Amino acid sequence: MADAAFLALSVITIGSAIAALELRSLVYGSIALMGTLGGIAGFFILLDSPFVAMFQLAVYVGSIAVLILFTVMLVKRELIFKKVEDKRRKFVGIALMLVFMVALGAVILDSGIKQITTDEPAVDFREIGDDFLTYYWPALILMGLILSGAVTGALVLARRVDEENGQRVN
Amino acid sequence: MANELTEFVLVSVALLGIGIYGLSVKRNAIRMLFAIEIVINAANLNMVAFGRFLPHSGGQTLALFSIAIAAAEVAVGLSLIIVAYRMYHNIDIADFRSLKG
Repeated sequence: MADAAFLALSVITIGSAIAALELRSLVYGSIALMGTLGGIAGFFILLDSPFVAMFQLAVYVGSIAVLILFTVMLVKRELIFKKVEDKRRKFVGIALMLVFMVALGAVILDSGIKQITTDEPAVDFREIGDDFLTYYWPALILMGLILSGAVTGALVLARRVDEENGQRVN
Repeated sequence: MANELTEFVLVSVALLGIGIYGLSVKRNAIRMLFAIEIVINAANLNMVAFGRFLPHSGGQTLALFSIAIAAAEVAVGLSLIIVAYRMYHNIDIADFRSLKG
Protein backbone atom coordinates (compact mmCIF):
# COMPACT_ATOMS: atom_id res chain seq x y z
CA MET A 1 0.00 0.00 0.00
CA ALA A 2 1.00 3.57 -0.58
CA ASP A 3 2.31 5.45 2.42
CA ALA A 4 1.48 9.00 3.50
CA ALA A 5 4.50 10.61 1.83
CA PHE A 6 3.56 9.03 -1.51
CA LEU A 7 -0.05 10.21 -1.25
CA ALA A 8 0.97 13.75 -0.30
CA LEU A 9 3.49 13.89 -3.15
CA SER A 10 1.00 12.63 -5.71
CA VAL A 11 -1.62 15.18 -4.58
CA ILE A 12 0.97 17.99 -4.83
CA THR A 13 2.29 16.83 -8.20
CA ILE A 14 -1.01 16.21 -9.96
CA GLY A 15 -2.75 19.20 -8.34
CA SER A 16 -0.06 21.63 -9.34
CA ALA A 17 0.13 20.13 -12.84
CA ILE A 18 -3.57 20.95 -13.27
CA ALA A 19 -3.01 24.37 -11.70
CA ALA A 20 -0.11 25.08 -14.07
CA LEU A 21 -2.40 24.60 -17.04
CA GLU A 22 -5.56 26.16 -15.62
CA LEU A 23 -4.50 29.17 -13.53
CA ARG A 24 -5.40 32.45 -15.18
CA SER A 25 -2.04 34.12 -14.76
CA LEU A 26 0.96 32.62 -16.53
CA VAL A 27 3.25 33.76 -13.70
CA TYR A 28 1.32 31.74 -11.13
CA GLY A 29 1.13 28.94 -13.69
CA SER A 30 4.90 28.74 -13.95
CA ILE A 31 5.21 28.76 -10.16
CA ALA A 32 2.74 25.85 -10.06
CA LEU A 33 4.87 24.09 -12.68
CA MET A 34 7.77 24.43 -10.22
CA GLY A 35 5.56 22.55 -7.72
CA THR A 36 5.06 19.71 -10.22
CA LEU A 37 8.77 19.44 -10.95
CA GLY A 38 9.62 19.50 -7.24
CA GLY A 39 7.02 16.79 -6.59
CA ILE A 40 8.65 14.60 -9.24
CA ALA A 41 11.98 15.14 -7.45
CA GLY A 42 10.26 13.90 -4.26
CA PHE A 43 9.14 10.77 -6.12
CA PHE A 44 12.73 10.18 -7.19
CA ILE A 45 13.79 10.32 -3.53
CA LEU A 46 11.03 7.81 -2.65
CA LEU A 47 12.46 5.58 -5.40
CA ASP A 48 15.90 5.62 -3.71
CA SER A 49 17.56 7.61 -6.46
CA PRO A 50 18.77 10.78 -4.71
CA PHE A 51 21.26 11.59 -7.48
CA VAL A 52 18.53 11.95 -10.10
CA ALA A 53 16.44 13.92 -7.59
CA MET A 54 19.24 16.42 -7.06
CA PHE A 55 19.76 16.66 -10.82
CA GLN A 56 16.04 17.28 -11.26
CA LEU A 57 16.06 20.02 -8.61
CA ALA A 58 19.15 21.68 -10.08
CA VAL A 59 18.15 21.52 -13.74
CA TYR A 60 14.36 21.72 -13.70
CA VAL A 61 13.40 23.71 -10.60
CA GLY A 62 16.61 25.71 -10.58
CA SER A 63 17.06 26.69 -14.20
CA ILE A 64 14.19 25.67 -16.50
CA ALA A 65 11.40 27.01 -14.27
CA VAL A 66 13.28 30.27 -13.71
CA LEU A 67 13.93 30.57 -17.46
CA ILE A 68 10.21 30.11 -18.13
CA LEU A 69 9.37 32.66 -15.44
CA PHE A 70 11.63 35.28 -17.04
CA THR A 71 10.22 34.58 -20.50
CA VAL A 72 6.71 35.05 -19.14
CA MET A 73 7.80 38.39 -17.71
CA LEU A 74 9.04 39.48 -21.16
CA VAL A 75 5.56 39.04 -22.63
CA LYS A 76 3.02 41.85 -22.59
CA ARG A 77 0.86 42.10 -19.51
CA GLU A 78 -2.53 41.62 -21.21
CA LEU A 79 -1.30 38.47 -22.94
CA ILE A 80 -0.28 36.89 -19.65
CA PHE A 81 -3.85 37.02 -18.39
CA LYS A 82 -5.58 36.39 -21.73
CA LYS A 83 -7.18 32.98 -22.01
CA VAL A 84 -8.58 32.09 -25.40
CA GLU A 85 -10.11 28.71 -25.76
CA ASP A 86 -13.10 27.03 -27.27
CA LYS A 87 -15.64 25.64 -24.82
CA ARG A 88 -16.31 22.71 -27.13
CA ARG A 89 -12.66 22.03 -27.71
CA LYS A 90 -12.08 22.08 -23.97
CA PHE A 91 -14.76 19.45 -23.35
CA VAL A 92 -13.33 17.29 -26.11
CA GLY A 93 -9.90 17.67 -24.53
CA ILE A 94 -11.16 16.67 -21.09
CA ALA A 95 -12.99 13.67 -22.59
CA LEU A 96 -9.82 12.66 -24.45
CA MET A 97 -7.81 12.93 -21.23
CA LEU A 98 -10.31 10.82 -19.26
CA VAL A 99 -10.58 8.15 -21.97
CA PHE A 100 -6.81 8.01 -22.20
CA MET A 101 -6.30 7.75 -18.44
CA VAL A 102 -9.02 5.11 -17.93
CA ALA A 103 -7.86 2.99 -20.87
CA LEU A 104 -4.18 3.09 -20.01
CA GLY A 105 -4.89 2.69 -16.29
CA ALA A 106 -7.07 -0.37 -16.95
CA VAL A 107 -4.36 -1.91 -19.11
CA ILE A 108 -1.76 -1.32 -16.40
CA LEU A 109 -3.94 -2.63 -13.57
CA ASP A 110 -4.76 -5.69 -15.64
CA SER A 111 -1.16 -6.41 -16.59
CA GLY A 112 1.46 -8.32 -14.66
CA ILE A 113 3.14 -5.16 -13.34
CA LYS A 114 1.50 -5.75 -9.94
CA GLN A 115 3.60 -8.82 -9.37
CA ILE A 116 6.85 -6.91 -9.72
CA THR A 117 8.19 -6.30 -6.23
CA THR A 118 11.75 -6.07 -5.08
CA ASP A 119 13.64 -6.49 -1.85
CA GLU A 120 17.01 -5.86 -3.40
CA PRO A 121 18.99 -2.77 -2.38
CA ALA A 122 18.75 0.29 -4.57
CA VAL A 123 21.18 0.94 -7.41
CA ASP A 124 24.27 2.73 -6.17
CA PHE A 125 25.00 6.00 -7.93
CA ARG A 126 28.54 4.81 -8.62
CA GLU A 127 26.98 2.44 -11.13
CA ILE A 128 25.44 5.42 -12.93
CA GLY A 129 28.89 6.98 -13.20
CA ASP A 130 30.28 3.70 -14.53
CA ASP A 131 27.47 3.57 -17.08
CA PHE A 132 28.15 7.10 -18.24
CA LEU A 133 31.86 6.54 -18.71
CA THR A 134 31.84 3.03 -20.18
CA TYR A 135 28.81 1.97 -22.18
CA TYR A 136 27.23 5.39 -22.76
CA TRP A 137 30.34 7.50 -23.43
CA PRO A 138 29.47 8.35 -27.07
CA ALA A 139 26.00 9.38 -25.92
CA LEU A 140 27.54 11.54 -23.18
CA ILE A 141 29.76 13.38 -25.67
CA LEU A 142 26.87 13.75 -28.11
CA MET A 143 24.72 15.16 -25.30
CA GLY A 144 27.35 17.76 -24.49
CA LEU A 145 27.52 18.79 -28.16
CA ILE A 146 23.72 18.97 -28.41
CA LEU A 147 23.50 21.09 -25.27
CA SER A 148 26.13 23.57 -26.45
CA GLY A 149 24.54 23.68 -29.91
CA ALA A 150 21.10 24.27 -28.46
CA VAL A 151 22.25 27.06 -26.15
CA THR A 152 24.19 28.76 -28.98
CA GLY A 153 21.20 28.37 -31.28
CA ALA A 154 18.89 29.84 -28.66
CA LEU A 155 21.17 32.86 -28.25
CA VAL A 156 21.40 33.38 -32.04
CA LEU A 157 17.62 33.06 -32.42
CA ALA A 158 16.80 35.51 -29.66
CA ARG A 159 19.27 38.14 -30.88
CA ARG A 160 17.60 41.25 -32.18
CA VAL A 161 18.61 42.72 -35.52
CA ASP A 162 18.40 46.46 -36.00
CA GLU A 163 16.45 46.85 -39.24
CA GLU A 164 17.65 50.34 -40.20
CA ASN A 165 21.39 49.99 -40.35
CA GLY A 166 21.71 46.23 -40.18
CA GLN A 167 23.60 46.24 -36.91
CA ARG A 168 22.99 43.67 -34.27
CA VAL A 169 21.87 44.90 -30.90
CA ASN A 170 20.97 42.89 -27.87
CA MET B 1 9.83 -0.93 -0.78
CA ALA B 2 6.75 0.57 0.88
CA ASN B 3 5.17 1.59 -2.43
CA GLU B 4 4.37 -0.61 -5.37
CA LEU B 5 5.43 -0.10 -8.95
CA THR B 6 1.79 0.17 -10.07
CA GLU B 7 1.23 3.30 -8.00
CA PHE B 8 4.16 5.14 -9.56
CA VAL B 9 3.06 4.09 -13.03
CA LEU B 10 -0.50 5.28 -12.34
CA VAL B 11 0.76 8.71 -11.22
CA SER B 12 2.80 8.80 -14.42
CA VAL B 13 -0.31 7.97 -16.49
CA ALA B 14 -2.25 10.75 -14.75
CA LEU B 15 0.51 13.27 -15.54
CA LEU B 16 0.65 12.07 -19.16
CA GLY B 17 -3.13 12.53 -19.47
CA ILE B 18 -2.94 16.06 -18.07
CA GLY B 19 -0.12 16.86 -20.49
CA ILE B 20 -2.09 15.57 -23.47
CA TYR B 21 -5.10 17.60 -22.37
CA GLY B 22 -2.93 20.73 -22.19
CA LEU B 23 -1.40 20.08 -25.61
CA SER B 24 -4.77 19.58 -27.27
CA VAL B 25 -6.78 22.38 -25.64
CA LYS B 26 -4.44 25.27 -24.87
CA ARG B 27 -3.59 27.82 -27.54
CA ASN B 28 -1.05 29.76 -25.54
CA ALA B 29 2.45 28.79 -26.69
CA ILE B 30 3.98 29.01 -23.22
CA ARG B 31 1.23 26.84 -21.74
CA MET B 32 1.88 24.22 -24.42
CA LEU B 33 5.51 24.25 -23.32
CA PHE B 34 4.29 23.61 -19.75
CA ALA B 35 2.30 20.63 -21.03
CA ILE B 36 5.37 19.25 -22.85
CA GLU B 37 7.38 19.56 -19.64
CA ILE B 38 4.71 17.63 -17.72
CA VAL B 39 4.74 14.82 -20.32
CA ILE B 40 8.56 14.60 -20.24
CA ASN B 41 8.48 14.40 -16.44
CA ALA B 42 5.91 11.60 -16.55
CA ALA B 43 8.28 9.66 -18.81
CA ASN B 44 11.22 10.28 -16.48
CA LEU B 45 9.22 9.08 -13.47
CA ASN B 46 8.36 5.90 -15.34
CA MET B 47 11.99 5.24 -16.26
CA VAL B 48 13.28 5.73 -12.72
CA ALA B 49 10.44 3.63 -11.23
CA PHE B 50 11.08 0.68 -13.55
CA GLY B 51 14.83 1.05 -13.00
CA ARG B 52 14.29 0.85 -9.24
CA PHE B 53 12.10 -2.22 -9.37
CA LEU B 54 14.10 -4.32 -11.81
CA PRO B 55 16.69 -3.18 -10.32
CA HIS B 56 18.97 -1.85 -13.00
CA SER B 57 21.06 1.31 -13.30
CA GLY B 58 19.90 1.96 -16.87
CA GLY B 59 16.69 3.65 -15.78
CA GLN B 60 18.45 6.38 -13.84
CA THR B 61 21.08 6.85 -16.55
CA LEU B 62 18.43 7.33 -19.22
CA ALA B 63 16.47 9.67 -16.95
CA LEU B 64 19.58 11.84 -16.55
CA PHE B 65 20.05 11.96 -20.33
CA SER B 66 16.40 12.85 -20.77
CA ILE B 67 16.58 15.69 -18.22
CA ALA B 68 19.62 17.17 -19.99
CA ILE B 69 17.99 16.97 -23.43
CA ALA B 70 14.80 18.53 -22.02
CA ALA B 71 16.88 21.48 -20.79
CA ALA B 72 18.17 22.04 -24.35
CA GLU B 73 14.65 21.70 -25.76
CA VAL B 74 13.24 24.31 -23.38
CA ALA B 75 16.02 26.79 -24.20
CA VAL B 76 15.34 26.51 -27.94
CA GLY B 77 11.56 26.48 -27.48
CA LEU B 78 11.52 29.61 -25.35
CA SER B 79 13.74 31.51 -27.78
CA LEU B 80 11.45 30.45 -30.66
CA ILE B 81 8.48 31.76 -28.67
CA ILE B 82 10.30 35.06 -28.09
CA VAL B 83 11.10 35.40 -31.81
CA ALA B 84 7.47 34.64 -32.73
CA TYR B 85 6.29 37.11 -30.10
CA ARG B 86 8.47 39.81 -31.66
CA MET B 87 7.04 39.08 -35.10
CA TYR B 88 3.35 38.74 -34.25
CA HIS B 89 3.15 40.57 -30.88
CA ASN B 90 1.13 37.65 -29.62
CA ILE B 91 1.79 34.20 -28.18
CA ASP B 92 -1.39 32.59 -29.47
CA ILE B 93 -0.46 29.67 -31.72
CA ALA B 94 -3.47 30.32 -33.95
CA ASP B 95 -1.63 33.46 -35.07
CA PHE B 96 1.49 31.51 -36.04
CA ARG B 97 -0.23 29.73 -38.93
CA SER B 98 1.92 31.44 -41.53
CA LEU B 99 5.42 31.15 -40.12
CA LYS B 100 7.24 33.07 -42.85
CA GLY B 101 10.03 35.61 -42.51
